[in-house]
Amino acid sequence: MLELIVLLIFMIAAGIVAVEIKDLLASVIALGAVGFAVAIGFIMLAAPDLAIVQIVIEVLSVVFFVAVILKTTHVDSTLGRPYKGGDIFTFVVFGMFALAFVYFGVRLLAGLAPMSRELGQVASHYLTQGLAETGAVNRVTSVVLDYRALDTLGEATVLFTAVIGVLAVLRLEGRKK
Amino acid sequence: MIILVASLILFLVGLYAIITKRNMIKVAVGFSLMEYSVNFLFAIVGFRPGALPPILQAVEAGKVYSDPLPQALVLTAIVIGLGVTAFMLSLILRLYNRIGSFDLEEIQRLKG
Repeated sequence: MLELIVLLIFMIAAGIVAVEIKDLLASVIALGAVGFAVAIGFIMLAAPDLAIVQIVIEVLSVVFFVAVILKTTHVDSTLGRPYKGGDIFTFVVFGMFALAFVYFGVRLLAGLAPMSRELGQVASHYLTQGLAETGAVNRVTSVVLDYRALDTLGEATVLFTAVIGVLAVLRLEGRKK
Repeated sequence: MIILVASLILFLVGLYAIITKRNMIKVAVGFSLMEYSVNFLFAIVGFRPGALPPILQAVEAGKVYSDPLPQALVLTAIVIGLGVTAFMLSLILRLYNRIGSFDLEEIQRLKG
């Protein structure tokens, strides 16, 4: 588990760099570092399907970010501006959110003994009966494409809706009035 | 336990970016960070010590597998996250073309 902790410390450090650095291109690249660290972590956590998908998605998302920044500017002009009264309010709001989040997060984690729990009834059914019922050697595939195929249909719907939204927003010519 | 807490800290970094940053790209970056931390948390919860990936082995007896259910759901969540990020970036690009900066305070000055 030590390597996972090291990886998470790297992810937190890269995340802080991504949030605080002045150059937006560097910020996006730090975000890409976090994403690829997540992919490595998925391999350590015995989830190769997730690692493959995460790498593909991470490459695409970094390309999107870099494309936006190349079309605009890569200097974060909002950093280094003196804080006003309203900004202190946002920090107070963040503190309240963080406190509430930590409280509920710790309550959640207390009931969630990690990495030692027994598999639930549904998961053990998928593991023992998956091959006989679906014929898929990979259990994740059998869940995605057979047991919960409607979920995957919903995912495809969301993805196409996002594509339509992007096309509608980025359309060059507006409708004639 | 410490791993779960660390991924919650990564979530808090993303929350900090969303609430306090005034640059739209930074807000999108914070959103992605929160998404990664939640996905990672799910993968940690589904893992058991010494577990194999949930792919059928030649000899089945005595093998411990990680939980396939959170993995399948996180697979969906990762792909949807890309769609959300792409839509957010297109809105940011449109706003930049309108107001000429990534500053969120400039947007508040737009009234219709």
